[in-house]
Amino acid sequence: MTDAALYRQSDPRLLGGRPHEGPASKRITTGYGFWIFLLSDIVMFSCFFAAYAVLLGQTADGPKGAELFDLKSVAAETALLLLSSFTCGLAMIAADVRNALWYQIAMAVTCLLGLGFLALEFREFAELVSRGAGPTRSAFLSSFFTLVGCHGAHVSAGILWLLTMMAQVLAKGFRADIMRRLLCFALFWHALDIIWVAIFSVVYLLGSAA
Amino acid sequence: MSDQHLHHAVDLAPGDEEEGRIGPRLLGYCIGFALAILLTATSFFIAGTDLVWQPSIPVAIIVLAIAQMGVHLVFFIHITTDPDNTNNILALAFGLLIVFLVVTGSLWIMANLNQNMPPMDQIMRMQR
Repeated sequence: MTDAALYRQSDPRLLGGRPHEGPASKRITTGYGFWIFLLSDIVMFSCFFAAYAVLLGQTADGPKGAELFDLKSVAAETALLLLSSFTCGLAMIAADVRNALWYQIAMAVTCLLGLGFLALEFREFAELVSRGAGPTRSAFLSSFFTLVGCHGAHVSAGILWLLTMMAQVLAKGFRADIMRRLLCFALFWHALDIIWVAIFSVVYLLGSAA
Repeated sequence: MSDQHLHHAVDLAPGDEEEGRIGPRLLGYCIGFALAILLTATSFFIAGTDLVWQPSIPVAIIVLAIAQMGVHLVFFIHITTDPDNTNNILALAFGLLIVFLVVTGSLWIMANLNQNMPPMDQIMRMQR
């Protein structure tokens, strides 16, 4: 049974037959608040996307995207991130059925996939900088490093959060407050994946076509 | 849900599912993952191919990306058209409106400015 179902049955306000009265459960208000935060984060990313799209041609006679981007590496990063989203979903199912072992395994796999993604991204950045195509080279590269680096920073923060959640479940078990944090973490991780879809499409595929 | 009376009694938190059994939930994640891989592979294939009319490629990539974001929203974040999800949908719609305004507005204005601005050597001559 999902947590949502448990909450419905254990919520005393719902037993009186007037289900629409009273405040929403804490799980809903927490999840909704975090959903609003994620949407505002996506709005922030949209500004970086707009900057990238506007500055795509402003290469200051420097290298263009088509000369810089290694699509094989990008495809590998995408595969890692998609797979990590999948294992994150498995971890949430395991948490809902209170299976600590499978939860920890799925979260550990998610963490490794995320770290693999970061390693590939870091290697790509290091290679660009060593080829003289760092963020100071042109407006195009500044916007590229800002956008993709901002996503990478989010993934790094997500991995720290992931490790925290593994430790919290280990120390405190599947308490209601821990389950709320897990709900928010899963939303965050899946939202990062959605932003990555926009990045590989707009930045890498359209950027190397232009 | 086991209790139909409570079915629409409360809203759902974003990310929570109606479905409670493990099997269908696992299947949902598997379908979402398979669709995401399929759309991603198509995107990468389209970007490098000569098989289709070249000017259609950027449009195809954008359409595939939007489709994949939809897949992620439905199968991973579990946003549905269910009445329980109305609040989540409305917040999402507002977010998308702002994203749309920011991106298209920036592109539109900057394209206009670029078109109306004289070439750089002319500006330099005017400043002299």
